[in-house]
Amino acid sequence: MNIPNQLKYTRSHEWVRAEGAEAVVGITDHAQRELTDVVYVELPQVGKRVQAGAACAVVESVKAASDIYAPVSGEVVSINSALATAPELVNRDPYGNGWMFRVRMSDPTELGSLLSAEQYAQHIGA
Amino acid sequence: MASNHAPQRTPFYAAHRALGATMTEFAGWEMPLQYSGVVAEHLAVRRAVGVFDISHMGVLLVAGPNAQVVLNALLTNDVAQLQSGHAQYTFICNERGGVVDDLILYRIEPSMFLLVVNAINMEKDFNWIAAHATQPVVLENRTTQTAALALQGPAAARVLPEAAGLSRFQIARFTLAGCTGWTARTGYTGEDGFELFFDVADAEKVWRELLERGKPFGLVPAGLGARDSLRLEMCYPLYGHELDENTTPVEAGLSQFVAFDKGPFIGQPALLQQRKNGVSRRLIAFAMDYKGPLPRMQCKIFAGGQPVGTVTSGSYSPMLDVGIGLGYAEPAVAAIGTQIQVEIRGRLYPAKVKPRPLVKKHK
Repeated sequence: MNIPNQLKYTRSHEWVRAEGAEAVVGITDHAQRELTDVVYVELPQVGKRVQAGAACAVVESVKAASDIYAPVSGEVVSINSALATAPELVNRDPYGNGWMFRVRMSDPTELGSLLSAEQYAQHIGA
Repeated sequence: MASNHAPQRTPFYAAHRALGATMTEFAGWEMPLQYSGVVAEHLAVRRAVGVFDISHMGVLLVAGPNAQVVLNALLTNDVAQLQSGHAQYTFICNERGGVVDDLILYRIEPSMFLLVVNAINMEKDFNWIAAHATQPVVLENRTTQTAALALQGPAAARVLPEAAGLSRFQIARFTLAGCTGWTARTGYTGEDGFELFFDVADAEKVWRELLERGKPFGLVPAGLGARDSLRLEMCYPLYGHELDENTTPVEAGLSQFVAFDKGPFIGQPALLQQRKNGVSRRLIAFAMDYKGPLPRMQCKIFAGGQPVGTVTSGSYSPMLDVGIGLGYAEPAVAAIGTQIQVEIRGRLYPAKVKPRPLVKKHK
């Protein structure tokens, strides 16, 4: 199971990469595997205000539709529009080209309450 | 279902784990959901060949001199028309014509039948047959003694050339890797293929033999995810979705598996009445007009701004690259080509009623 050390994680299987005042968000390798093939991703609109812990996107796999929760609060400043035509990037490259959206954080201290790679590995029993 | 018990494991459990399968619980069994990925497995079955563990399916044996007469009073299709060595798709119905279960009936000898039933209904079917048998018969539950595999795909007959002589819905004694069982030319994918039934003790040998033989033909193990998406493209019903005790074969558009005019059987008066008077809802197949969110079970179907039905199964079609589904709707919108809308997360998305199957079936 791929769980990069430099990222932060949520219990609901999102990852976060902090870049200055912004945070890039996607779903973990474990999550994409559990979901099975991703065939549609519904992302928040740019400009939308998201709340840490609140559902803000939907990933649909062959199996089911699953909510994606914002790991941190703030304003969506960009989304991965490539996912509209290539949702399978979420499976193929969950930490790279399969990223979902970028948030300008309103409270960067929220990052402190996220899981480390080690804690996330424990959480999923890896 | 006894969900408070640990799920049962098939004789292939260790093989699935060794292949890195993602496991899921289905009808009280711990089954592989996927190995390499649902879409890849789906396409391998359409283009080459796949092997599915179907050991969770219930296997009931009904035998004895009265077996045909007893079964013919419990099943909708005509058992008298079924020759030894052949199979038929059929229903157990209740007095209202509602479906207790749908199953494949194999006549392996003149007075010996195998009923391959849905895992979720196995106990119910067993009790139903025991309670409704009009004469004494042998009734045995062979589920846990039986290892069952489905080999499906256009290359299936090349993997099992010894069975290539079987015609569709035929079943015969069959020896593979020194193990003797039954092999039938049946399946749930719309492709050519076989279903193999062996003693659990032979499971590993048969499994290894199939994987080894299948290598040159691109055989992949396939999980329940692909099994579901393959059957959905074919519009085959799944119990608990398209069929239940409040739904009749007539409403499901499966009247060809009801021998209305054979001798009496449970549900016959109700089904005859429905055939005469018509139905208030019909099963429809549909495809979304464009790629987008997927229809799911219980999504509402609209036409002309009015609610007209409900989705019973919905997912993504790897062959059509769009969302597809089955559902029950008012007969007025069941005509092929009718423009409908499916409500997904509060928004309406356009779809059209399509002919069944949604993807062309193997001849």
